[in-house]
Amino acid sequence: MKKVSMNIDGKTVEAQEGATILETAEAMGIHIPHLCYNEQLKVYGGCRLCMVEITKNGKKRLVASCAYPVEEGLVVETSSEKVKKIRRMIIELIWPVAQDLGREYGVTASRFRAANTDCSLCGICVRYCAEVKGSHIAYFKGRGIDREIALVPGMGKECLYCRECFNFCKGSKILQEMDRVYA
Amino acid sequence: MKKLTSVKDLEIVGRECASEQLKKPKTITVCSETGCLTCGSSKLADAFESEIERQGLSGTVSLRRSACLGFCERGPVSIILPQKICYLQARPEDVPEIVQKTLGGNEIVERLVYKDTQTGVRLACVDDIPFYKHQMRLLLANNAVIDAANIADYFAIGGYSALGKVLAGIGKDEVIEMIKGSKLRGRGGGGFPVGIKWQTTKDAPGEPKYVIVNGDEGDPGAFMDRSFLEGNPHGVLEGLIIGGYAIGANEGFFYIRQEYPVALENVQLAIEQARKCGLLGKDILGSGFDFDVKIHRGAGAFVSGESSALMNAIEGNVGEPRPKYIHTSEKGIWDKPSCLNNVETWANVPLIINNGVEWFKGIGTEASTGTKVFSLVGKVNNTGLVEVPMGIPLREIIFSIGGGVPKGKKFKAVQTGGPSGGVLPESLLDLPVDFDELKKAGSMMGSGGMIVMDEDTCMVDTARYYIEFLAHESCGKCIPCREGLRQMLNILNDITSGRGKEGDIELLEELSETLQEASLCALGQSAPNPVMSTIRHFRDEYEAHIREKRCPARVCKELITYEIDEEKCKGCGLCMKNCPAGAVEQIDKKQFKINQTKCIKCGACFTACPEKFSAVVKKSGKPQEQAVAA
Ligand SMILES: Cc1cc2nc3c(=O)[nH]c(=O)nc-3n(C[C@H](O)[C@H](O)[C@H](O)COP(=O)(O)O)c2cc1C
Ligand code: FES
Repeated sequence: MKKVSMNIDGKTVEAQEGATILETAEAMGIHIPHLCYNEQLKVYGGCRLCMVEITKNGKKRLVASCAYPVEEGLVVETSSEKVKKIRRMIIELIWPVAQDLGREYGVTASRFRAANTDCSLCGICVRYCAEVKGSHIAYFKGRGIDREIALVPGMGKECLYCRECFNFCKGSKILQEMDRVYA
Repeated sequence: MKKLTSVKDLEIVGRECASEQLKKPKTITVCSETGCLTCGSSKLADAFESEIERQGLSGTVSLRRSACLGFCERGPVSIILPQKICYLQARPEDVPEIVQKTLGGNEIVERLVYKDTQTGVRLACVDDIPFYKHQMRLLLANNAVIDAANIADYFAIGGYSALGKVLAGIGKDEVIEMIKGSKLRGRGGGGFPVGIKWQTTKDAPGEPKYVIVNGDEGDPGAFMDRSFLEGNPHGVLEGLIIGGYAIGANEGFFYIRQEYPVALENVQLAIEQARKCGLLGKDILGSGFDFDVKIHRGAGAFVSGESSALMNAIEGNVGEPRPKYIHTSEKGIWDKPSCLNNVETWANVPLIINNGVEWFKGIGTEASTGTKVFSLVGKVNNTGLVEVPMGIPLREIIFSIGGGVPKGKKFKAVQTGGPSGGVLPESLLDLPVDFDELKKAGSMMGSGGMIVMDEDTCMVDTARYYIEFLAHESCGKCIPCREGLRQMLNILNDITSGRGKEGDIELLEELSETLQEASLCALGQSAPNPVMSTIRHFRDEYEAHIREKRCPARVCKELITYEIDEEKCKGCGLCMKNCPAGAVEQIDKKQFKINQTKCIKCGACFTACPEKFSAVVKKSGKPQEQAVAA
């Protein structure tokens, strides 16, 4: 595999071509927060917590590090002021799901009316169910602000034996949904 | 129609079709698109058909049912060619007279032609009517001379001759150079240079390559693309085949929303006819170039029109945007180079090939060339489809073509660019319509929606309306867009219902910034435009709502008051009779009063009060007693 030389937070790194900024940074021990990224799953790019600031051809730009592939000469800042501001806003928008992260970013409360207090719709349950288990029991219902996680009724047995998606859930939505649908 | 196997064949058939048409010297075209259909154009066309027959004119007059002729406001519209006489709002009863006088003879039925509202002069010729006179209908004019179901009509006006020229000897690179040189920019929203996109797709590694027509048209109220697909599908198809040839694609897609059944049918028919004529399929016109197209029916969500969502849908996946940083022109459908352009963009291609780069560049401005089609709607006298050269001032579209604001009301703002566009105030009416100028002013060209608003429009409520639309039309995948829009909508609902507080404007601005910078796709990135542009141009209205609990345009229910003017009230009691809430109380024989605690602000009393009294008044601001209590 070819290597590309780039810079993350002032450190030069020889990154594996084809890898993403997020994977490269994690390998260097630089932590970038993320909710929807999971190494077993396809890139999703939904939570936007992993946004970083890149400089390319002299221009600065914000990109989702879980989706952006490494490039020769790329300069990355994983926690510039701009990036931190966006993360704080996202934490507030999904409050209280990412409370832990809130502590790190100095967010202790949200200025907004809470909506989905037990789910950030990172969709890992849905995608794990489809991509890893080959089942399509968990799914997204509705679009826009009506989007939610739902389960296909009548599959309770299969879910009961699997329950693997629970391990990833940062809220408690999937558990509740299971209780509700398969009670 | 036989199969054409060479460019020579195509030239011959073009001449044949043109002379065939001359055998019937007169044509009456009746608009048969939605706007006119609802005004009875189908019955009108039927009446013409039987009356032409009855008066024995079938040999000299042909009838054509066409797509939108533009002047929807005055439909049904019919145009008689070659004289270009335009009849407005004709009814079946008028048909015998029209057929006898205008089709049989050369007389005009005066009462059915346009009457200038100011001078009272009757104008019969299409080219003289102000609505048409100030337009430049390079693309739309064809609607009047083409029956979409008949490829011969398209041949007769030189259809597919641009494809002929290209296949006969313009090299692929040369075609791309022409499109680059013409400076044609995408008509679907972003205004990206078309030639550059074609070049990128051509140069990108990977086979096969695809070319795609974006006919999703998800903007509510817009119908430019529908009109092309219904009215002249061959024009779009010809552009697509030329693009396929230049880019090196052998397969194309028409992505058309399910809600456009006529467009789907007409495009399907056009494809079949083109295939029969050898304009699609193997070895097109003996050139060795193979090309064919499929139709994909879209689910018709607003977000499906976004390029990566559209390509996901064509692949058979959920139509949601993908988080990729490689352009779809390099990695699109099945990760293959895919060139996506809007319907109107493709329709411009044959025009450029036929008339040349210099001609095209001569129209419009330095950076925005050619014409643009808008659907002009809202508080404007002449609603309809208008095509104008780029660079024309907004004022000319709204006042010269659109005839200004009805009922003597004052113009307040114009919204351009669809739901995620922005509003522009009166002070910017002289702004030239150009991709970059609109963007600088906080709006955008979008795909060409143009909604005129008068003094009775509340700008905060307008922003609220668009944010509500977007909040439901977003796919909901990424947090900034989904949750950001949810909270923007909460705040705007608060402000318009009297619960706004200090800091709300700043919070809206902060949210807007997050959406612009962090959203996954252009829907979220552009969604704050309605809010940002109304704050920028109408901040005082936000402040009146928040600080003074007052809606200056008197739209937001919680922030207005209905009162009865004692001096003017004649005691007729109509207000009391019409009030559904029992809020109008009689205080003495000739006096009525509105009980503000019971009033639901429905406005029934305001409408019921006879105009000569005008005793019920609508005031901006909360009722006095409530304001004191609060
Ligand atoms: C939410 C959203 C909706 C869109 N809808 C349409 C549409 O209905 N039709 C269209 O041509 N382009 C639409 N676009 C723009 C397309 O993504 C794309 O830029 C365009 O089709 C490219 O063609 P053009 O360069 O000829 O404009 C939309 C973009 C977004 C972000
Ligand atoms: S990890 Fe969620 S967008 Fe990158």
